[in-house]
Amino acid sequence: MRQLITRLKESELRETEERLRASAGGDALAGDLPAVDTGAIRSPDGDALFSLRDVGVWYGAKHAVSGITMEIPVRKVTALIGPSGCGKSTLLRCLNRMNDLIPGAKVEGEIKYHGANIYAKKVDPVEVRRRIGMVFQKPNPFPKSIKDNVTFGAKVNGIKGSPDSICERALRQAALWEEVKNDLNKSGLALSGGQQQRLCIARALAVQPDVILMDEPCSALDPIATLKIEDLIRELTREYTIIIVTHNMQQAARVSDYTAFLLAQEHGVNGQLVEYGPTNEIFTNPRDKRTEDYITGRFG
Amino acid sequence: MTRALFEKQLNEIQEGMLVMASMVQTAVTQSIDALKTRDVVLAQRIIDNDVQINQKRYEAEEKCIELISLQAPLASDLRTIISVLHITVDLERMGDHAEGIAKIALMLSDEPPLKPYIDIPRMAELAGRMLDGALDAYRTRDTEKARQIIDMDDEVDALYEQVYRELLTFMIDDPKTIQRATYLIWVAHNLERIADRVTNICESVVYLVEGRIHDLNISKY
Amino acid sequence: MAAEALKLQAAGSVARRQWVARASRYLFLGATLAALSILALLMFLTAKEGLGRLELDFITNYPSRFADKAGIRPALLGTIWVVGVGVVLAIPIAVGTAIWIEEFAPKNGLLAFVKLNLANLAGVPSIIYGILGLAVFVRFYNMGPVILAAGFTLALMIIPMTVIASQEAIRQVPPSQRDGALALGATRWQAVWHSVLPSAVPGIMTGIILAVSRAVGETAAIIMIGGFTFLQFSPSIFTPIQSLMDAFTILPIQIYGWTIDPREEFRQNAAAAIIVLMVGVMALNIGAALIRERFRRS
Repeated sequence: MRQLITRLKESELRETEERLRASAGGDALAGDLPAVDTGAIRSPDGDALFSLRDVGVWYGAKHAVSGITMEIPVRKVTALIGPSGCGKSTLLRCLNRMNDLIPGAKVEGEIKYHGANIYAKKVDPVEVRRRIGMVFQKPNPFPKSIKDNVTFGAKVNGIKGSPDSICERALRQAALWEEVKNDLNKSGLALSGGQQQRLCIARALAVQPDVILMDEPCSALDPIATLKIEDLIRELTREYTIIIVTHNMQQAARVSDYTAFLLAQEHGVNGQLVEYGPTNEIFTNPRDKRTEDYITGRFG
Repeated sequence: MTRALFEKQLNEIQEGMLVMASMVQTAVTQSIDALKTRDVVLAQRIIDNDVQINQKRYEAEEKCIELISLQAPLASDLRTIISVLHITVDLERMGDHAEGIAKIALMLSDEPPLKPYIDIPRMAELAGRMLDGALDAYRTRDTEKARQIIDMDDEVDALYEQVYRELLTFMIDDPKTIQRATYLIWVAHNLERIADRVTNICESVVYLVEGRIHDLNISKY
Repeated sequence: MAAEALKLQAAGSVARRQWVARASRYLFLGATLAALSILALLMFLTAKEGLGRLELDFITNYPSRFADKAGIRPALLGTIWVVGVGVVLAIPIAVGTAIWIEEFAPKNGLLAFVKLNLANLAGVPSIIYGILGLAVFVRFYNMGPVILAAGFTLALMIIPMTVIASQEAIRQVPPSQRDGALALGATRWQAVWHSVLPSAVPGIMTGIILAVSRAVGETAAIIMIGGFTFLQFSPSIFTPIQSLMDAFTILPIQIYGWTIDPREEFRQNAAAAIIVLMVGVMALNIGAALIRERFRRS
């Protein structure tokens, strides 16, 4: 149902929002609106690794993210973009239950991973986190040797296998082996920023997950290190699914297959999914005017 | 308004393109005038001015490439720049065709016309109207109008057929007219190409608005 | 036509501010030198007094009526044993408490209450701990004035400070370390043990050393417990249980005893014992710094 975009004029959009606000009732939370539907959320065909239905997150009384319904495809790179505070990192952290660690955080809705709801009653978050790897914004290698860093996950999870082979395999996959193979006992902190981040990726890979979540992995790195990581991401999609949060639109455009655009409270909605689709479409011909405005930098 | 400088630059390249378009409009109209009135001065002026039209295209191209490399345009900004790139190429070719007509006007100027010019001016008028309409459609982002203009190309094609058949008859009846008739066929051909280029412009307008590249000019000939 | 070159030398307000900056640097340097020179003076005077007496037999002899034959053997060994017992008891309890407070305890009113109490306990004068030790360990549990009782009392004294220092050290570990471990599928405990604690060790060590340094010089409380000034036996590792339940003395008490002795010759002994004590504390601190560095580098 590919509708042709009718250029929604600014006033039309606002009018529609008013009508919806009126029908939602007087005591609805400001900004708790359903997104204006322009056929803008198109989940890809094919196998979905994650199925989100009506996912929302509360931090105490603040409704940070609401009504997210989407499917994340397997062995592809999916990017989450949006202005600061739109909830993209929050949403990412739901996928491996890291939000459990934040006091006062509550997750609603259903997130299915390989068909199983990871927020079901008996599910153990440690089990979830073992299968879903995560890389953070600022590289956070442990203050141990490179080898100890990589084998840490295997050690705490009791994964069998010789530490040397686990270490080499993970470092090769993270495109770091050649640079450190002669000095695996060097401290992880002695590496450059880009190398540290690749070390963190290797560390995550060593636990043999099938998906890696990346929260702005390049924002603390210089441009060359950034490009190396982007190349690595494309390499990794042969075996792994990657979900990346980024505030750098060019990066999302370069690296991802699918892109989801979220918007936050001060723009009228609570951390909602505004548009989702193939990356090339989002960046050359977005369907929702808000996506267009954000991508072309006309926000504010 | 964020990206104010970029907005300004986008407006500038579009304005530049519209200025170039009016130069081309003038050239097309004047070239047929020069033919009809056997005005050698006018014809020569058109030929000389074509350099400026070409210059305008290179300027536009340079500007567009600069914007692409420096501003990382996306979505409709990107499509705007791409459409300006395409349209200026089409306009430059149209200018060349008008120059071609002017050159033929020079060559035919020392003899009286072979026959009263009826269909050729009509083709020119149609092409001129099409170009006006296409530029309007660009300015107002009106894809309906763009599609209508594309349909008008069929008329131009039909006229070309007619002109061709008529001149063919002339040439068969009187071989002494072959040279002049051939020149006139070239004029008609140039006009037909101009109209065709206008349909390209219309396709660019549709691309700009809808984000999809179509071939919309399915000719019946 | 060359214009006049730009004058970039300090002038006006900048010159004034620079003057103030330089003056304050010298001021602070002066304060440091004053403190160091007082310390140096003290050390010099003590050394002058006591170095003469510092021979091997000073360390190995028992106290005696004759100053030149009196030694610090029971005092030195007593200090080592009492502080040793205190530290062995205190560290696990203190570090464990800190871990509980920072990592596992639910953040409620009870926790705030516990933290408040800890802060208060750290400021309680040591003589109070002495009285407590006397009442509970010496009398109530009937241990008598022995090393074990003194060790327990010292432990009680060390714990609050060490808990607070360890808490700080654990809190200094950036949450990204914890998150990193947890994201790899570690349990809370594994994250603490394998990731947070190793990073916190330098800070914890600092806290322990500070506490131990204080404990080594602790006199009043041990006097309350019942340390002697004139013992003719000393604890021995060959008879640990008996030694623990034996009477004892510690270096500070021995020093005190010799200082108040009316006979002049014992002053020299006191000074010599002070030197031994200072050297011991310095060695402890240097050792701790070395351990800290080793952990920091790894």
